[in-house]
Amino acid sequence: MTDTTVSQGWFTGLANPTRFLALSGKLLPWLAAASAITLVVGLYMSFAAPEDYQQGITVRIMFIHVPAAWLAMMCYSVMAVAALGTLVWRHPLADVAAKSALPIGAAFTFLSLLTGSLWGRPMWGTWWVWDARLTSVFVLFLMYLGLMALHKAMDDPARAARPAAVLTLVGFINIPIIKFSVDWWNTLHQPASVMRLDGPTIHPTLLYPLLVMAISFTLIFFTLHFMAMRNEILRRRVQAMRRQAAQSIGGGAIGGGAIGGGETR
Amino acid sequence: MMSHEAFVFISYAATAAVLLGLLAFTLADGRARKRELAELEAQGIRRRSQAVQGGKS
Repeated sequence: MTDTTVSQGWFTGLANPTRFLALSGKLLPWLAAASAITLVVGLYMSFAAPEDYQQGITVRIMFIHVPAAWLAMMCYSVMAVAALGTLVWRHPLADVAAKSALPIGAAFTFLSLLTGSLWGRPMWGTWWVWDARLTSVFVLFLMYLGLMALHKAMDDPARAARPAAVLTLVGFINIPIIKFSVDWWNTLHQPASVMRLDGPTIHPTLLYPLLVMAISFTLIFFTLHFMAMRNEILRRRVQAMRRQAAQSIGGGAIGGGAIGGGETR
Repeated sequence: MMSHEAFVFISYAATAAVLLGLLAFTLADGRARKRELAELEAQGIRRRSQAVQGGKS
């Protein structure tokens, strides 16, 4: 019993937007510095890595294409967890987290499609094919855009939260489809070569730069996500204060300020 | 067709442009929201929680 009370208190404390602003404010400079350092190291390792014996210099596109694609999927997974937070626990920050992750996820998905296309042209001889992997990632991109449109369509974030959360969870079915599309169907895209049960099949000279770049992209994601979450909290605060101010003016005109115009002064 | 170097260069340049663009947008968004909050507070509008705290003390 005591443990539950303690953990609930801790959980509620973290869910408090003011507490989150304070904590994230302290954490952000460290996250940004770690992102920058790992990015510099990752880029150095990427360009110091040897060329592939078959793909030549174009293998360097892998060091940004693969982390961007991983982050596109991780961002959606973070949103799905946040959607659960909105629907099950009504966590105050969950909808803020889900909404502010959208543009970042869309950007990483766009980058994975673009760099994939720029890698496909010299290696496959085509910019694009409608195979299962490419199509499912394109669907993920459309999901991000659709969810952004849903949030834009509703002025009140509290009303958009639940339908957006339901749609996010329905769309999560696409994530395992993306991951296993290369095994389930015959695709032009190669099957997994890093996250395999029997271990990576890439040579360490190419694998290590890839992993450092993946860590860097993950840190960049969390830095941008924390920044966007802070902005979203402030946006909602401004909206609430404007509504409150409008109500107090309206109350003053109708009922002589009984609703709250007098209290706030 | 473009050289292989060009494909690599465009990939890295596009990634840098998109990520820097996202960072610039997020920073500008934050600055605009802070300005709005400061303007509201300058007009004497307080958040409900702050107003209650102010009333109690």
